[in-house]
Amino acid sequence: MKFQFESLDAFLAMNGHGIYVWSCYSIVYAILLYLTLAPVISKAAFLKQQKKLIQLQKKSQTL
Amino acid sequence: MNWQWFHRLGSPRWFYEKTEAWIPWLMVLAWGLLLIGGIWGLGFAPTEAKQGNSYRILYIHAPVAFISMSCYYIMAISGAIGLVWKMKLPFMVMKSAAPIGFALTVVVLLTGSIWGKPTWGTWWEWDARLTSYLILSFLYLGIIALQQAFQSRDTADKASAILALVGTVNIPIIYKSVDWWNTLHQPATLKLVGKSTIHISMLYPLFIMIIGFYVFFTLVLVLHTRTEILRRESRTQWVRDLAEGKHLSAAKEESVV
Repeated sequence: MKFQFESLDAFLAMNGHGIYVWSCYSIVYAILLYLTLAPVISKAAFLKQQKKLIQLQKKSQTL
Repeated sequence: MNWQWFHRLGSPRWFYEKTEAWIPWLMVLAWGLLLIGGIWGLGFAPTEAKQGNSYRILYIHAPVAFISMSCYYIMAISGAIGLVWKMKLPFMVMKSAAPIGFALTVVVLLTGSIWGKPTWGTWWEWDARLTSYLILSFLYLGIIALQQAFQSRDTADKASAILALVGTVNIPIIYKSVDWWNTLHQPATLKLVGKSTIHISMLYPLFIMIIGFYVFFTLVLVLHTRTEILRRESRTQWVRDLAEGKHLSAAKEESVV
């Protein structure tokens, strides 16, 4: 197995196809990252919101 | 036969607790495989004779296309299980699969379009494969819209499950479209029966990417379902304990005592 390009510039240019290949890979990895992080962030936000809600309920019960 | 595992699937809490330990492993495995396969496909796989370097898009386009169709089956089967056995968890899986599937179809349509420009000279063509695949994207969108359209959670789930089941007819059409009609899209690169039309040195990174994307799909489906479980079960004691920072197993022992 060997690296198919002679230089970094050739790797980026990909004989004129660089713009197509790199834009595809960027879009895909960006969406994959979003799909991984979105549920983690929304779960944390939901638990935080629930915690506040429970504290409010407890406060109103003691009043 | 022991059917206990099947009935456990009806318990969202059981699923939530069980999958807790899977996540770090799935995360490392999925991202590891996707990075190795991606770098291999981009820099180390040989250049293709006819298409040049643009063929490297295959390594992301084809695996995502596979899982976007598998995702549809999983969504429809979950919906069917929910309808037949009236279980809560399969409906949560169905709902979580829809936005993931939609994102995947957008990826396939975008990468296909970008690949089409240097290869076919056009961004889009109304041919059988592209059009039937666009319909798959709309089906996912339909399920997402149906989930929002009803006040009652139960009605939304049942309506979405029925739409998902009806839409399954589209999957074999997408798969066979390149054989049934004379389309611009190339025939399948990998064949289950018969000889594949790709050189072995180009095949290794493709296999890594296919496995990587399947693991990735499992990971994100589990993550999305867990968040959905918390939302739907927010009134139960175990979710309240979780929100207050109590560890699940500790909360369980407490409730036993």
